[in-house]
Amino acid sequence: MPKVKVPRKSTSVDMTAMCDVAFLLLSFFILTTKFKAPEALAVTTPKSVSTKAVDQKNVVLITMDKEGKVYFQVNDENPDEKEAVIDAVDQAKALGLTAQEKAAFKRTGAFIGVPFSKLKSYLALSPDQAKNYKAEGIPVDTLDNQMIEWVRAANSAFTGKKMNLLVKGDNDAKYPSFKGIIDALKKNEIFKFSMITDPEGVPAGTDLYKRNQATGGKATDE
Amino acid sequence: MAEMDTSSGGGHKKGPGVKKGKKLSTRVDLTPMVDLGFLLITFFIFTTTMSQPTAMKLFLPKDTEKPEDQNKVKASGALTLILAKNNTVFYYEGELLPDGSNFKSTGFKDVRDVIINKKRSTNPEDFVVVIKPTPDATYKNTVDILDEMTINEVKRYALVDIFDVELQLVAKSLQ
Repeated sequence: MPKVKVPRKSTSVDMTAMCDVAFLLLSFFILTTKFKAPEALAVTTPKSVSTKAVDQKNVVLITMDKEGKVYFQVNDENPDEKEAVIDAVDQAKALGLTAQEKAAFKRTGAFIGVPFSKLKSYLALSPDQAKNYKAEGIPVDTLDNQMIEWVRAANSAFTGKKMNLLVKGDNDAKYPSFKGIIDALKKNEIFKFSMITDPEGVPAGTDLYKRNQATGGKATDE
Repeated sequence: MAEMDTSSGGGHKKGPGVKKGKKLSTRVDLTPMVDLGFLLITFFIFTTTMSQPTAMKLFLPKDTEKPEDQNKVKASGALTLILAKNNTVFYYEGELLPDGSNFKSTGFKDVRDVIINKKRSTNPEDFVVVIKPTPDATYKNTVDILDEMTINEVKRYALVDIFDVELQLVAKSLQ
């Protein structure tokens, strides 16, 4: 019986299709990507089931880092309010800031993390120096809660506009810092604020999960 | 693959031994291109930030000095959660007994069951959760427990300062 000859097949596969897919995905990722803005403060936010995206307008941001140090920042898109805030603080505390020092606060991404006593010298630093400056945070304890003054300044600067107060805290920040911030807000009659969190799925079987199922998964934020 | 024909092929146009110009295939090997494509994809996947941060709203109660303005909490419907260090949660239902016998300990994994049980067993109108973080509790703990209120649809809850008695009990329990 003659041997059945198995035709030797080539092992090379046509790569065209795979190449197409690869570049299709590549273009998708290039178009959707949004680079992380370089942040001066490294903060890992906790997770929550909230589905509401953060409103980026008229933002006043209070940041807590992992050591519980507190920083204050006004959105760069509101230069007028920024100016009003630093003017108000300057007047209230009689710091005698020069125009140059006030301009330092208005720089892009500038944030305050020092007590009033050191504010003048901090604002006198050049951008590079300020970047490496070891800030000690704004005091928020019950004896000397300087955040009250900052929030008051921001509150009056945003008169007539809807101030969007955001608190961004690190997972490891201790509760007393957060309490200091809450106290400062309460003192200024602000009873409503938002906390920045990372999204998380709703655990199955809970009441919220059941309601979401019933309403077709529509986000309901109260 | 790509090789140059270096053999001197003689000058005659047409001769019996002259090789005909081989028809070269137009197909290109695409493997390196696919490699490159996937390399770039990986890069963009890693650098991209898909999830936008979300905002969690918190409403604070107004501090009132006058006792008649304060919201009264019916003790029987109250569940007090105390957030201590190392992600432990202490809780008690109703009022704290003088001997501390209803002071129980749990963790963040099981606190949901505690809340659900209490919610099921009390009149919805009386049900209120009192959250008392100790100075050792982290911000994450606080957000987690507030999130737990949303998850379990607890309508009434409050973030309250802790009493010294409770702090002592916590310190004793953690020993």
